[in-house]
Amino acid sequence: MNQVNSFEVDNLVIDFALDNAIFNRKYMRAVNGVSFHIKAGEALAIVGESGSGKSTCARAMARMYEPNAGAICLDKKDINDKHEHLSQEELAKQVQMIFQDPFGALNPVHTIRHHLYRPISIHMPHLKGEAIEDYMLEVLERVGLSPAQQTASKYPHELSGGQRQRVAIARAVSTGAKFILADEPISMLDVSIRLGILNLMTDMKSDGIGFLYITHDIATARYFAERTGVMYVGHLVEWGDSDSVTQHPQHPYTQLLISAVPEVGRKRSAEPRDYSKNQIPLWTPDSKGCPFALRCPKVEAKCHSEMPGISQISDDHFVRCFAYKSE
Amino acid sequence: MLSHPIIKFLRRFYGGNAAAILGSIIVATVIVMSMSASVIAEYEPNKRVARGHQPPSAEYLLGSTRSGKDVFSQVLHGGKISLLVAFGAATITTIIAVAVGISAGYFGGRTDEILMSITNIILVFPQLPLLIILAAFLGQVGPIVIALIIGLSSWAWGARVIRSQTMAIRNKEFILAAEVMGESKWRIIFVEILPNLLSIVVGGAMGTCIYALMAEAGLEFLGLGDPTIITWGTMLFWAQSNSAFIVGAWWDMVVPGAAIAIFGGGLALLNMSIDQISNPKLKTGSYIKTWRRMKAEVDAQRARS
Amino acid sequence: MNQPLLSITNLCVDYVTDTGNARAVNDVSLDIYPGETVGLSGESGCGKSTLAFAIANLHSAPALITSGNINFEGQDVLSFSKEQLRQFRWSKASMVFQSAMNALNPVITIGEQLIDVVLAHESCSLKQAIKRGEENLQLVGIHASRMQSYPHQLSGGMRQRVVIAIALILRPKLIIMDEPTTALDVVVERDIMDQLYHLKKEFGFAILFISHDLALMGEITDRVGIMYAGKIVELGQTDKVMTSPQHPYTKGLLRSFPTIFGPKKRLEGISGHPLNLLEVPQGCYFQARCDLCETICKNTMPQLRTLSADNHRFVACHKVEGE
Repeated sequence: MNQVNSFEVDNLVIDFALDNAIFNRKYMRAVNGVSFHIKAGEALAIVGESGSGKSTCARAMARMYEPNAGAICLDKKDINDKHEHLSQEELAKQVQMIFQDPFGALNPVHTIRHHLYRPISIHMPHLKGEAIEDYMLEVLERVGLSPAQQTASKYPHELSGGQRQRVAIARAVSTGAKFILADEPISMLDVSIRLGILNLMTDMKSDGIGFLYITHDIATARYFAERTGVMYVGHLVEWGDSDSVTQHPQHPYTQLLISAVPEVGRKRSAEPRDYSKNQIPLWTPDSKGCPFALRCPKVEAKCHSEMPGISQISDDHFVRCFAYKSE
Repeated sequence: MLSHPIIKFLRRFYGGNAAAILGSIIVATVIVMSMSASVIAEYEPNKRVARGHQPPSAEYLLGSTRSGKDVFSQVLHGGKISLLVAFGAATITTIIAVAVGISAGYFGGRTDEILMSITNIILVFPQLPLLIILAAFLGQVGPIVIALIIGLSSWAWGARVIRSQTMAIRNKEFILAAEVMGESKWRIIFVEILPNLLSIVVGGAMGTCIYALMAEAGLEFLGLGDPTIITWGTMLFWAQSNSAFIVGAWWDMVVPGAAIAIFGGGLALLNMSIDQISNPKLKTGSYIKTWRRMKAEVDAQRARS
Repeated sequence: MNQPLLSITNLCVDYVTDTGNARAVNDVSLDIYPGETVGLSGESGCGKSTLAFAIANLHSAPALITSGNINFEGQDVLSFSKEQLRQFRWSKASMVFQSAMNALNPVITIGEQLIDVVLAHESCSLKQAIKRGEENLQLVGIHASRMQSYPHQLSGGMRQRVVIAIALILRPKLIIMDEPTTALDVVVERDIMDQLYHLKKEFGFAILFISHDLALMGEITDRVGIMYAGKIVELGQTDKVMTSPQHPYTKGLLRSFPTIFGPKKRLEGISGHPLNLLEVPQGCYFQARCDLCETICKNTMPQLRTLSADNHRFVACHKVEGE
């Protein structure tokens, strides 16, 4: 079994080209100097709205994108190291990904058996013949799809959304991966099904699997992940222990996010806010300052030209904001 | 077993679908008859067995040509070659279109740009004039060469269609998952992507078949084929050169023409039925009839109350 | 008690397929009074969107309204002629759909789309229509200069606000909103909900608000109905339904939302998966997922009954004490 214990990202920078120009090509900076780590057996949630760069980070960690700067390290070894090349197959044994859309996650022309057979035969070469089938049934039972035998012979269209997502999780786990990058795994599922999937992932944590949980929903981030990070326009603005971040948010953006979430029992306020303050900047490699400066109620002059440094609030709670003054 | 996609597909395809049934019967009949030409046909297609331009009779089922050859035997033997050319050209076209289309769609970037430039160049050429020039350039060409030149010049449109379908599938999560899984690119293309493209590939192949059949007949009719080999096209050529219609020997020209039309029509019916089931927006399933009936009942009831 | 604005009685909507009829809306009755906001909540397949489309008579094959009545201000919507239907739609009742990009024509400016609606229903000059368009854009917080913009030039939140402006422009008495904020980020959603609340207070229109997000329901609706597999299983005043749910499904749903505040404990959601409408069981549709299921539940379909303690609360469950 893998002995890998940490999967981390160090000052990650990812740019995307906005056009096809040969000279003076314009880029947008999707991820700007983000650093975090995931420990085996634990979950880290990254919360943010669309365009925050959280999915891009996850995909870079699965090596779907190459970083423009920074490192992605499995137990301190860079997965993109030019000299000691890590093949996609070797990476796949450690890191797997599950996606948002359960209806797109499985190939409609193949049975569930096919979907699981491939990763097992590629990544568990010591298993042959009967042993592959046995292992597959075991994995299916593990994710709560019983009777496993019946499910294996079905086609994706015969399963519900929640069941398909479980198959996707089974597929990820069957390679023996230690880290699973989950990109909004429950947002397209029915409300009553979501908890089942989150609880399954919680059980898998006790088997030693580490999760990166990307979501726009702070409540499930708090429920599932021990630690939470908040991203805005490619920047990690606040991170740390989930309870700390959600109960005592220090960054104005985190505070805005939390106040925006509808809660059962909370009553409406009748005053609409000023919409002109809703501009989300397009970040480029030349942009300066804090991305939230245009909307921030606590903005100061220097916020427009300098990105705040890291301030430590407590043992495991950090923020990047000039408005935070430590005692 | 009964829930296997292929069985389900066949039931859905044929269930109540007159076009599919008729098309299949026509195509199957023509193919079987042509392939067993040597068994069914009484005479050698190129041998003079009767007096010239005899009308259809019990002995010569579809009459005889100007040179006294049996039209029925000719149409059967000729059919074998015409069909082989059509299928052959369609196969070549499909293989090239799939290879180019999937590569361009899957790999993207530079590969896509290069392949699409080549495709666009071929697309720009008008098809039939190109074939005529090639055939004329090569002299009077036999069926094999005709199959080759049709096959090598008609793949561009199919490649474009397959490319866009591939691009649509390529970014679906199950493909991304396969890549993250460490699957080799070729396996992804053949095992994960290609099966999803089957309906447009098959549809395209059928369309190309019809086109190849017509193109071949057209080339031979214009005298660019080898007139010593009997195919539906050369039959038309000879009928034309012998002014069959004018002298009243309509069977000489009508029989090969009808053969082409019937087989082409059968293929077109099949193609249409595939469209009907793979595109639910066309609303032509059997459930539409049920819906209309129910709507009429509900409207009547509402009008009464 | 004043007359209901919209009165739906025993409505059934079926989807005709090759393998049978799926009854997406099953014998649903609901009244909406002027100025009130009624919510309909449930998961995929419960029929709430189908119901919304039926009210505006927007269904086409393979959907079919097989029985029941929809009365708007006493008139039968389902037997409207084409002209009556055209007048009904938009000046009496309008609709806001889930995805603004689907509702807006991408090749026409938003100004034109607003003006088109005005000119189609009222005889006024072009200048007046333009003025009304600009006023309505400002009502939803968009500057009048955006009249010349195309939908793709606006952000998702702004597009949805344009759709609301279009829905409002003829001052209808009822606006049906089908998951209006589901596709939007939470901060944008918050802004739109605030705006909506503000507009509601100013203009007094009734809203049928459809969403799977119960928390959102709790904030804006006066009454809420919970749907499952085509039937309303609970209906009543929102704060009462949220604080003391009676139907096992409602209870399960409320247990499925982790909270930001409040204690952190393991929640279970609801076991099982949504019902396949082509294979409905005899008796209660919720039986396979219900902890309280008994023999009577498997034999007889429970009817919506009022509670003895509160005759404005309706629950469809054998295990809940009623009259």
